[in-house]
Amino acid sequence: MAGASTVSRQALTAFLLRLADDHLVLGHRLSEWCGHAPMLEEDLAMPNMALDLLGQARALYQYAATVEGAGRDEDQLAYLRREREFSNCLMAERENGDFAHTMLRQLYFAAFMEPAWQAMLSSSDEALAGIAAKAVKEVAYHIRHAGEWVVRLGDGTEESTRRMKAAVEALAPYVDELFESDDVTAAMAEAGIAADPAALRPAFDAIVGPIFAEAGLDWADVPYGQTGGRKGMHGEAMGYLLADLQFMQRSYPGAAW
Amino acid sequence: MSKNLIPLWEVFIRPRNGLAHKHCGSVHAADEVMALQAARDVYTRRGEGTSIWVVPSSAITASDPENKDENFEPSLSKVYRHPTFYEIPDDVGHM
Repeated sequence: MAGASTVSRQALTAFLLRLADDHLVLGHRLSEWCGHAPMLEEDLAMPNMALDLLGQARALYQYAATVEGAGRDEDQLAYLRREREFSNCLMAERENGDFAHTMLRQLYFAAFMEPAWQAMLSSSDEALAGIAAKAVKEVAYHIRHAGEWVVRLGDGTEESTRRMKAAVEALAPYVDELFESDDVTAAMAEAGIAADPAALRPAFDAIVGPIFAEAGLDWADVPYGQTGGRKGMHGEAMGYLLADLQFMQRSYPGAAW
Repeated sequence: MSKNLIPLWEVFIRPRNGLAHKHCGSVHAADEVMALQAARDVYTRRGEGTSIWVVPSSAITASDPENKDENFEPSLSKVYRHPTFYEIPDDVGHM
């Protein structure tokens, strides 16, 4: 924990929980497709990605628990916190919608995390650099998979184009929140633990831009963006998601495999 | 989704360097790029491979099962074609 010496334990815990919550919540959303995908191949591909996200979430929760030092473990962080304590971005908790919406959401999140993990490879925090080393390969595949679908649906049939354009419209208000900076991210950037989210925007645009060009998609205008996830202000879908996600631990406290 | 938009592809996986690609199944995909991804997701979930080939199923010309007898029966009686009378030196390694 080289970086942790120059940054408060509280700030590092908050940062790790944001990342972990993003991955757990989005991973849960993806896993909801299991058994419902439009074709067998995607019925395996989406839970595959969900498992990648869950694995990353576990590593982050475990490390957050260590840094926090409050005697909580990964299960308590994932399953026994309340809605307002979750600090995931709003995009992650959005309901799946149709397949186009799910794939675009995946592309956006992966294009946000890829440069973030790349920067964390040389993090002053060795534990985080270790987690990043595994995650970069996984997220690169997520970009490829989701990106190929966005191209094919955007530049596909009349119906697939209509659905992909609707997804661009629906998700547009949730993009800017990813790149928000605040005291926590400033402390991380200062200590060389993680990049300032705002600095990741050009890399995100460089990933999504060519995919949109190939797909024949345009950015949607956003009169105002949605924000608040990092502060625990969530949309109405979040409570239902947590009810589903946390049901087992709430009903059978301490249950384990 | 109509089937002609999503044709069938045969998947071949090479488990290790030095071994041949082996047929392991098939996937549906819109084109070769998506077929490779689908093959990766469906058939390499447990570390089965280091390389994947996909081939359009329509590109494969298969023998007719009805010709089974004339194709394969004649070889059954030619035991001398099996190289079982030779000892293979250990140095030859994997054949």
